[in-house]
Amino acid sequence: MIIKKARVWRLGDNVDTDAIIPARYLNTSVPEELAAHVMEDADRDFAKKVRKGDIIVAGKNFGCGSSREHAPIAIKAAGISAVVAESFARIFYRNAFNIGLPIFESKGISGRIAEGDEIEIDAGRGIIKNITKGGEFPAEPIPPFMQELINSGGLAEWTKKRLEK
Amino acid sequence: MTITEKILAAHSGKKEVKPGDLIMAKVDFVLANDITAPIAISEFKKIGAKEVFDRKRVTFVPDHFAPQKDIKAAEQCKMLRDFSRDYSLAYYYEVGRMGIEHALLPEEGLVLPGDVIVGADSHTCTYGALGAFSTGVGSTDVAAAMATGECWFKVPESMKFIYYGKPGKWVGGKDLILATIGDIGVDGALYAAMEFEGEAIKNLPMHGRLTMCNMAIEAGAKNGIIVPDSVTGDYVKARAKRQYEFYTSDKDGRYASLREYDCSKIPPTVSCPHLPSNTKPAAELADIRIDQVVIGSCTNGRLEDLREAASVIKGKKVHPDVRLIVIPATQGIYKQAMKEGLLEIFIDAEAVVSTPTCGPCLGGHMGVLAKGERAVATTNRNFVGRMGHPESEVYLSNPAVAAASAVMGRIAVPEELGL
Repeated sequence: MIIKKARVWRLGDNVDTDAIIPARYLNTSVPEELAAHVMEDADRDFAKKVRKGDIIVAGKNFGCGSSREHAPIAIKAAGISAVVAESFARIFYRNAFNIGLPIFESKGISGRIAEGDEIEIDAGRGIIKNITKGGEFPAEPIPPFMQELINSGGLAEWTKKRLEK
Repeated sequence: MTITEKILAAHSGKKEVKPGDLIMAKVDFVLANDITAPIAISEFKKIGAKEVFDRKRVTFVPDHFAPQKDIKAAEQCKMLRDFSRDYSLAYYYEVGRMGIEHALLPEEGLVLPGDVIVGADSHTCTYGALGAFSTGVGSTDVAAAMATGECWFKVPESMKFIYYGKPGKWVGGKDLILATIGDIGVDGALYAAMEFEGEAIKNLPMHGRLTMCNMAIEAGAKNGIIVPDSVTGDYVKARAKRQYEFYTSDKDGRYASLREYDCSKIPPTVSCPHLPSNTKPAAELADIRIDQVVIGSCTNGRLEDLREAASVIKGKKVHPDVRLIVIPATQGIYKQAMKEGLLEIFIDAEAVVSTPTCGPCLGGHMGVLAKGERAVATTNRNFVGRMGHPESEVYLSNPAVAAASAVMGRIAVPEELGL
């Protein structure tokens, strides 16, 4: 998978799931309804400003806090094509793979990419390229099992195939 | 091996596992709540399983937006009820029987020592206090576990936390865990197992152990765990609805790190906005005026927590500028608190006593904060907007500090009330 010429939104360390989608909106799990409120406590107009294909680049421990799968769902439904971070909180990490939101860990990335930069991600080769400023940065390889989940179309599909065997 | 590794090995049919191994483990219990179960139900239906793997080992607890706070929440709770009936789940906790999931399920004896438990709620790590491997996952993971009775895990590294010394009169499990998170940070145990031990843990009653393991997630941990002992045995033997097993850590178990804490030096501790790791001694925050106090939640809504708060507030009044909301975590706790006269103490102090709910902890209902308002809460998170308006603030504390603060109208320690 290659994500081409995507515009970057920069976020900091410890972006928690309450920030990604406040609990007051969790009386629904409809992706579009959740997407309308993504990141709104940090930036009220974030959902409106995001264009399809944009990428979030964040610091460490992205997605900490609650187990709500609504968080990666809201990000994906808002049109974000991938999240790159120094590290991810573990439940968010599982959830992102389970629902098919591409995420990439890349140490040191937050100092190398600024808001508004255009970047490219070559998932197969594990390379993040800053088109605006130049430079190529490695992403942690996706573990084989997680790749298998992605290839199957997420955990539900993977489990379905397993039960059919 | 460590206790975490032993439990995971036993549940994946292996003699030994080591950190980093990817395993498929059998699960003993699966749970979700009214926020996470709706997605789990729709994913379960996508998987196409005809039944849950074991109808006695899957439960839904409508506790977050229940009693149903609005029409959408009511629709979500109805999905849980309908699924529980259609799939003949043995346990379903309707309003009137429900409590906050992580207080309720140990009380009901449904989660037990030696179990592997997954729950679509991050505070599922609470049950590690019983000597179980218990961890929060997302809704799709729960759906897959409901269908297959299994879940994949990467075996975590274990970190050992040793607590010695005698804690002060108003210092409990909450203070030990807040101090620990303050020390290692909100990602200080990322992906790891936090194993708590030492003389102070041995002397810590079950409610304090549940509080400590409950907040392991706030350090990024996969699970918190305490090797079971006689305290565990006394707690589970009258409650257990099935067999259970005690595991221990080997003397030569591998630990990624080891930290020690002298409990006699840990003061009543408060986490300031907007991270649980932003800790300060409560006594240094006397100039922080407050608008609301919440005593409850899966962290500190147990009977002993209410006793502690009541012992501080007895015969006093809540400060005129403050709303005190007390939430017993289960119906059982509620009833016992009533018998012991604790509810009367709270009501006489002009607090409100609520039915069990997670409500205010996540800014859902029953005590949402307005712009600029500040709360002291015995809950577990103080992220931006956690209890309401993005410009409100939450300070996390133990029940005694919360009660003293409610009386004083500012952050306070019980000693200020002559206790």
